[in-house]
Amino acid sequence: MITLTHYLVLVGILFSIGLVGVMRRTNLLMLFFSTEILLNAVNVGFVAVSNYYGDLSGQMFAFFIIAVAASEVAVGLGLLILWYKRNGSIDLNSLQSMKG
Amino acid sequence: MEKFVYIALFAPLLSSLLVALFAARPKILFTGILASALIGVSMIASFVLLVDVNAHGALHVKMMDWIDAGNLHIPFGFVVDQVSVIMMVTVTLVSTIVHIYSIGYMDHDKSFNRFFSYLSAFVFSMMILVMSDNFVGLFIGWEGVGLCSWLLIGFWYHKHSASWAANEAFIMNRIADLGMLMGLFLIYWQVGSFQYDIVFAAVKSMDVAIVTTIGIFLFIGAMGKSAQFPLHTWLADAMEGPTPVSALIHAATMVTAGVYLVIRCGELYTLIPHIGFAIASLGAFVAVFAASMALVNNDLKRIIAYSTLSQLGYMFVAAGLGAYWIALFHLMTHAFFKSLLFLGAGNVMHAMHDELNIKKMGGLYGSMKATAILMSVASVALAGIYPFAGFFSKDKILEVAFNHGAYYLWFALFIGAGMTAFYSFRLVMLVFFGEKEYTKYGIHPHEAQPFVIYALMPLGLLAIIAGFFEHSFEGFVTRLLSHYEVHLSHGTEWALIAGTSAIAISGIVFAIYKYSRGGFSKSLENRACYKLLINQYFIPKLYAMYIMQPFTVLSRFLWQRIDVRIVDFTVDLIAKVIYATGQNTRKMQSGNLSDMLRWMIVGMVALLALAIFFRPMV
Repeated sequence: MITLTHYLVLVGILFSIGLVGVMRRTNLLMLFFSTEILLNAVNVGFVAVSNYYGDLSGQMFAFFIIAVAASEVAVGLGLLILWYKRNGSIDLNSLQSMKG
Repeated sequence: MEKFVYIALFAPLLSSLLVALFAARPKILFTGILASALIGVSMIASFVLLVDVNAHGALHVKMMDWIDAGNLHIPFGFVVDQVSVIMMVTVTLVSTIVHIYSIGYMDHDKSFNRFFSYLSAFVFSMMILVMSDNFVGLFIGWEGVGLCSWLLIGFWYHKHSASWAANEAFIMNRIADLGMLMGLFLIYWQVGSFQYDIVFAAVKSMDVAIVTTIGIFLFIGAMGKSAQFPLHTWLADAMEGPTPVSALIHAATMVTAGVYLVIRCGELYTLIPHIGFAIASLGAFVAVFAASMALVNNDLKRIIAYSTLSQLGYMFVAAGLGAYWIALFHLMTHAFFKSLLFLGAGNVMHAMHDELNIKKMGGLYGSMKATAILMSVASVALAGIYPFAGFFSKDKILEVAFNHGAYYLWFALFIGAGMTAFYSFRLVMLVFFGEKEYTKYGIHPHEAQPFVIYALMPLGLLAIIAGFFEHSFEGFVTRLLSHYEVHLSHGTEWALIAGTSAIAISGIVFAIYKYSRGGFSKSLENRACYKLLINQYFIPKLYAMYIMQPFTVLSRFLWQRIDVRIVDFTVDLIAKVIYATGQNTRKMQSGNLSDMLRWMIVGMVALLALAIFFRPMV
């Protein structure tokens, strides 16, 4: 029997993987993947908890997040391609024109 | 009649505000004329009110509710009764003349317009002071005249001595005002109201100890404003201001506010005759003390300032002994002849190019006849010679002292009268007669403009005839103030009059005799008593040594030790910590997106931890 705990453990693992990705990766594309993992981890969490309480608002939120993530990726990838065409690199360390 | 009250009160304010619009501009003659005209309107309204009060009695006007908080109700109300209307008439009359005079006197001054704005503001404050129907309004006016006095003494603020004198006057008055405020708090605490009528009705049933305390505190306030010993030093230094200011503020009006306060609170002081007697004793002391300093001083304006002090002492003797109407009468006549004396001195100063040392004058009669005659009239009035104004009022005060059985006071005043006559004529002789010392300094004196002289004429006339209004004045003001019964036989009265006149005349004759023969010998100036007098009994030096110096040391200590080492240090430390934190955390802002993301995660984890471990109590 898969209980809420299992789902939440999965969410935790996925979220941690996403976080490590965000922290470690310097490739912008990989960063996007990591963000997607983070978002989807949260989505799984929302849906699981929503199912557990029998309340639909969690699932509704998940849909919102999917929609937002999709549009974000669309815009983000567009910008990324543009950046690659200009600079020939999508490494985060090269993406730096201001310094404190 | 209500509208006349408002006209009398607000015309000076209007004048001040209108003229203030031009304060920063170069001289515009129109501002002087406008200010004089508006003060003149106020004077006319005051005279109308005088006639009305004479016919229909006192007028009580409530303009609006002013302060209404909790149990504290203070209306913005004005009372025009026999006492305040006399003050209003005196103040506006002298003010009008001083305003007109100033058009001539301040002719060449850069800040002509500013001067008139201040002067009118002063008149407005003084009107608030005398017209208010409660102690708070009186206090507002009291502070207002103090402020205007400060502005006007320090009018030539680029002169160090002027700004010093202005601050001295202000600070001394502040010390005294603390006493006054304590008195007011005590009144409110005991009575629960500031209205004169309610307070004076309530004091009659109050504990004598409390009335005594109130009386003492209020008198401390009066001492500051009227420059009584030991707060007297500011008045002589206040002569740094322009001469019309000295005439208006430091002779005729503001310094008499203290006397006005004692007269206004007469019903309170009659309950505590021992305090009244103390006031009278202080007054008699100051009368002689100040007159003695005037005997030797060589500064034209300071002599007159000491004379003012001495005459204020006379007023306090009368007020302290319960002869309120006589104090008010002397206040009025004194305002006329003393402002005349000052304004005449202003003419002399102008002629002498701001020279103040009377030893450098002499023989000015030839070139300034009108001023010489006016100043001589004022001096005779001051000395108290029949039939000039000072005779009637001053003689009455001596009579009061004698009648009261206070022979020491009477004797002090008697000696004071002789001194007054002497120093007045010493001044007249040294300035207008004798050798023409000024020729040595290459000065060519000239008489003031004709309109200035004409403006002084009414004061000259009043200095001569004001005394004859004695009986109508008494009848008028004693409708409000208590009567004063003199129980002396006619013979004694005549003897007193003869005695006082004799000592005054002998003072004058002695001065004329001595100074028409070249004055006293130089060797006198080495005597100890001369040194004592010329140094004002060393009181300014004592104050400097025993009050100002320790205070400076204390201030320096507080500044260098407490303020810099502790207060500033703490504040600086906070700033430094924040600054250092900023410096060190600046490195975080590397501009690298990856680093930022890591910091973001660190922040998120920190917030999560906070949310988990520091839950608010539910």
